[in-house]
Amino acid sequence: MEIWNRHFECMDREELRKVQSERLIETVERIYFNVPYYRHKMQESGLGPEKIRSIDDLRKLPFTTKQDLRDNYPFGLFAVPMSEIVRIHASSGTTGKQTVVGYTRNDISTWSEVMARTLTCAGANRHDFIQIAYGYGLFTGGLGLHYGGEKIGASVIPISGGNTQRQIQIMHDFGSTVLACTPSYALYLAEAMLESGISRNEFRLKAGVFGAEPWTENMRREIEDKLMIKAIDIYGLSEVIGPGVASECLVQEGLHISEDHFYPEIIDPETLEVLPEGEIGELVFTTLTKEGLPLIRYRTRDLTRLNFGRCKCGRTMVRMDKCLGRSDDMLIIRGVNLFPSQVESVLLEMSEIKPHYQLIVDRVNNLDTLELKVEVDEAFFLDKISQLETLRMKLQDNLQSSLGLGIKVSLVEPKILERSEGKAKRVIDRRKF
Amino acid sequence: MIIPQLSVFLENKSGRLTDVLEVLGKESIRIIALSVADTSEFGILRLIVPDPDKARALLKEQLFTVNISEVISVVTPNEARYYARLLRILSDIDISVEYTYAFPHGRDAVIILRCSNNDEAVKALRKNDLQLISMKELKEL
Repeated sequence: MEIWNRHFECMDREELRKVQSERLIETVERIYFNVPYYRHKMQESGLGPEKIRSIDDLRKLPFTTKQDLRDNYPFGLFAVPMSEIVRIHASSGTTGKQTVVGYTRNDISTWSEVMARTLTCAGANRHDFIQIAYGYGLFTGGLGLHYGGEKIGASVIPISGGNTQRQIQIMHDFGSTVLACTPSYALYLAEAMLESGISRNEFRLKAGVFGAEPWTENMRREIEDKLMIKAIDIYGLSEVIGPGVASECLVQEGLHISEDHFYPEIIDPETLEVLPEGEIGELVFTTLTKEGLPLIRYRTRDLTRLNFGRCKCGRTMVRMDKCLGRSDDMLIIRGVNLFPSQVESVLLEMSEIKPHYQLIVDRVNNLDTLELKVEVDEAFFLDKISQLETLRMKLQDNLQSSLGLGIKVSLVEPKILERSEGKAKRVIDRRKF
Repeated sequence: MIIPQLSVFLENKSGRLTDVLEVLGKESIRIIALSVADTSEFGILRLIVPDPDKARALLKEQLFTVNISEVISVVTPNEARYYARLLRILSDIDISVEYTYAFPHGRDAVIILRCSNNDEAVKALRKNDLQLISMKELKEL
């Protein structure tokens, strides 16, 4: 099995610890002097940069949350002047204040490096044709894979998401060997390939790197059976860098985290205490090399556990389990992040609707579907079908334009949505992960 | 005449109409006329009852979304050409009919209409000697 960067990926763990300590000290100095927000936070807890002498001191430092990024929207947490920023991405799906991330030239190079590791983990090299069916744009998926693909010298096909017929034609005509997209889209493509009537032998596909949404072992088996490929789980989030934070190797027993760049901790989301090795908790990352947007103890809200045992592939980098869920109410719909509160704020802007709602998430033919059930305000219920239909369409349009997601709206009678038993059940997720 | 009509919002699924009628039935509410308009997802049940306020209160107690709106009631001989004439009078002065339903009464028909402008519609119908019928008369049918 090939390894992209043997020096770091197979580094002795004692030595790795030294590297992590050195890099943490540099990062803390940088943020203390360059990011007023962090300086104030550290001063509040009586911490100067000199108090951080090794990676063991990390737990003295305060956490960073998505809210901190929003409060400092758009560039408040950047640690370099904007003249050093060469790229800006933003998280998908949020109303108004998106989570904005910035990269220096070195950050782009780090990102390419960790993505090169990811693709090599999946068995790709310069002889491969990588079809990138992640969206290009503010979303980090497309460009993250793109730079990694170029870094390993593969032939990159930046087809972006959607247009299934064209995906299949290009996959066939160009001889794509590696597919990069969300796992649900991979399954969708698998079915479209069957329907296309082109024999599997005419495709050269051998592997896929899939991420940006939760998926199960069952889904993996289905993808592997239907596409006859190795399906590799990849993990990342734009705040930390984008895709490339962690990736499975061909052993498929957990995702190796690029620990020399992103230091993971597992905490109890209630007590915020660091949990012992092997316990399930919330994943927290500290970036060790990032310049544009360094983050200290960033709470991902993803639940998983870490395994420091030696992997058969030879890499020494710690492995995380497939994410087991979230410690907040965020939903991931077709790769787009969605908080129920965002739906609520759209509803509150419309006087004709009561903010009594329920979101029903399901997966039909391997694609996520989202239905919003909402009550009509009696004052607005004026006995005309056309008026209700207009209202329904208007709400659908408003949701589409502010959330970037197609949501089917259904108007319902009041008592359908339970609200008697204290906390209303706002989300029903019928998908099986 | 312009009379009150009860409208009930219903999801389009089996049993909902029954639920409404059972609530009213328990209190022996008389239904003079009834009509259902539906889409694939939801419907509106429209009712003419002698005491719409009472019926509304009963349904609201059961958490139904209810409203009272105004409709026009007219009596014509029970033949299509009279219905047609009535509609022609309205369309000639650019009043559109949002919905209408009718029920027979002896040799006559009672026609219920909701127009884009109910007041103007009533004026026009009066001018053309159509026989408007009041709530009081409807109750006695």
